[in-house]
Amino acid sequence: MSDDILFDLKGVSKKFTKGKDTITVFDGLDMSIARGDFLAIMGPSGSGKTTLLNMLGGVDQPTGGEIWFDGSRIDSLSENQLAAWRANNIGFIFQFYNLMPMLNAERNVELPLLLTKLSRSQRKKNIAAALELVSLSDRARHMPAEMSGGQQQRVAIARALVSDPKLMLCDEPTGDLDRETADEILTMLQLLNREYDKTIVMVTHDPEAAKYAKRTLHLDKGVFVEKDLAA
Amino acid sequence: MKDFYLVLKNLTRKKMRLFLTVFATFIAFMIFGTLTAFQKAFDSGIELSADDRLIVLNKISFTQVLPIAYANRVRAVEHVEAMTHLNWFGGYYQDPRSQFAMFAVDAENFMEVFDELVLTDAQRQAWIDNRQGLIAGQAIAENFGWQVGDRIPINSNIFSQRDGRTDWDFDVVGIYTGEDPQTDTNSVYFHYEYFNETQSFGGDFIGFMAVRTSDPSLNEEVIKSIDDMFANSPAETETVPEKAFNKAFIEQIGNLSLILTSVVLAAFFVILVIVGNSMILSIRERTAEIGVMKTLGFTSSRIFRMVLAESLLLALIGGVLGVLASGSLITLINNAPIQLPVLVLDSSVWSQAMLFVIGLGFITGIVPAMSALRLNIITALSRS
Ligand SMILES: Nc1ncnc2c1ncn2[C@@H]1O[C@H](COP(=O)(O)OP(=O)(O)O)[C@@H](O)[C@H]1O
Ligand SMILES: [Mg+2]
Repeated sequence: MSDDILFDLKGVSKKFTKGKDTITVFDGLDMSIARGDFLAIMGPSGSGKTTLLNMLGGVDQPTGGEIWFDGSRIDSLSENQLAAWRANNIGFIFQFYNLMPMLNAERNVELPLLLTKLSRSQRKKNIAAALELVSLSDRARHMPAEMSGGQQQRVAIARALVSDPKLMLCDEPTGDLDRETADEILTMLQLLNREYDKTIVMVTHDPEAAKYAKRTLHLDKGVFVEKDLAA
Repeated sequence: MKDFYLVLKNLTRKKMRLFLTVFATFIAFMIFGTLTAFQKAFDSGIELSADDRLIVLNKISFTQVLPIAYANRVRAVEHVEAMTHLNWFGGYYQDPRSQFAMFAVDAENFMEVFDELVLTDAQRQAWIDNRQGLIAGQAIAENFGWQVGDRIPINSNIFSQRDGRTDWDFDVVGIYTGEDPQTDTNSVYFHYEYFNETQSFGGDFIGFMAVRTSDPSLNEEVIKSIDDMFANSPAETETVPEKAFNKAFIEQIGNLSLILTSVVLAAFFVILVIVGNSMILSIRERTAEIGVMKTLGFTSSRIFRMVLAESLLLALIGGVLGVLASGSLITLINNAPIQLPVLVLDSSVWSQAMLFVIGLGFITGIVPAMSALRLNIITALSRS
């Protein structure tokens, strides 16, 4: 396996069973993601984008096949091993920000650091740096309810990068934002990719958003299709 | 405990709900603390009874009198160390509604029999020397503001003087305390001679006798000697150990501990429902947040512990406040001008309350903690 491959999916299948019905979302999916990539995944609703992201993020496990991350298999880890793996390697960004409403910005950003052995003063340093990066140093003590959607998403980005993960997974990160704010967030992700070497996988509906990525894959009914066909 | 801040923030995020659940818990623990103090006080009345003390009563009933002539005959019984007779006076001071325990006794022998009461030698002698003297317990003296040297009128709601008055004049000559903090110091004792010579009901009767034996092991023998002595006489006696007497007396009020236990159980059942329900609701509302925490890498068991810590903290706050409040309530009751045993809130009440806190926190937290533990990330997030 090449050194610059971060993710390698080999014959991954994913089936959901509901009663007697079985929904096959993926059946033998192969895919690799290079270190330092900024990948956009597009596709119609129900094509399996979220399911794929969940498997990449280790919150869902494939029914078959192998998922290799940085040279080791993650599809066979236990629940607790996966939790630790996520804490160490992945930053998550959600469509609806998903901040804790009872915590202010810096306490929200601190959450992933509670999973590390860092002292409170070290944590404070990292939080300040992360908030600085998303230009929210002056909002550190603000509650989520006191911030706009764009600001909340920036707090969420700070939370995703504060523990310095290799990979950031974003599910429709601009789905709830206006054009201008969306561009701001996407520029920020681009900066993280270019200047801070974060590998980013982003699911989006929005062709404008996809333009910020280095490459775009189109998913349809669980298989990647040629971009030209969709364009 | 890095997660304590999170637990605290979760607990306090809905101020009104927090207030209501803490308040419910607070009330339950206040009831618990106060009633337990009552129960302990009544129990201690039994426990503090002297093992070597016997009570001699009229066999027909506790309210029937005995002739005074019995006194000297009982005193002469072998192994009787000391004896005093007592007459219930039905005394009240100023307010007829606040009757207290007041007895006409044999002042010369009284302190020999009730040797757990503490009186200075000078006051004891002053009492013996003053026919109109009385001694009062510290609690009741404080209650009425009596001091040694005061001359006070006390009324009887049973007896009257030969001239028709229902009040007697007394000199407060002594104020006694108890060896044990729970010793009852709500009673008043005065001279039988003063009572017997002034009251208009015909004299020379006594209510009952209290006897101290040389040794508890001789109690049975003394009981038999006394009761045999008066067998087949017009007033037969029944002699019982003080402990049994006090126990029977308290049981007349009803099965106290059963009543207290039921009230406490009912109170706890109510808060179990209120707090348990509130915990379930508040965790359900946080489904998506718990999903996010798990996504970030918090393990299910860590979230389980956080939920449980929250319900334990809730129970702890309500519990501590409730027991503290029962402490104030007990002080209030002890200072009130009513006849009650001395209530104390000791460490055993606290440790029992803390056990309840743990139990309550655990029972109200286990269901939501389990559902947080089992919550699947994907279902949690897709619900948001
Ligand atoms: N937890 C689940 N249980 C059953 N079916 C699911 C579940 N999650 C996703 N699916 C199904 O898998 C397919 C892909 O879903 P998803 O990955 O959410 O698509 P997308 O994000 O591209 O809209 C859909 O048909 C969806 O109904
Ligand atoms: Mg989706």
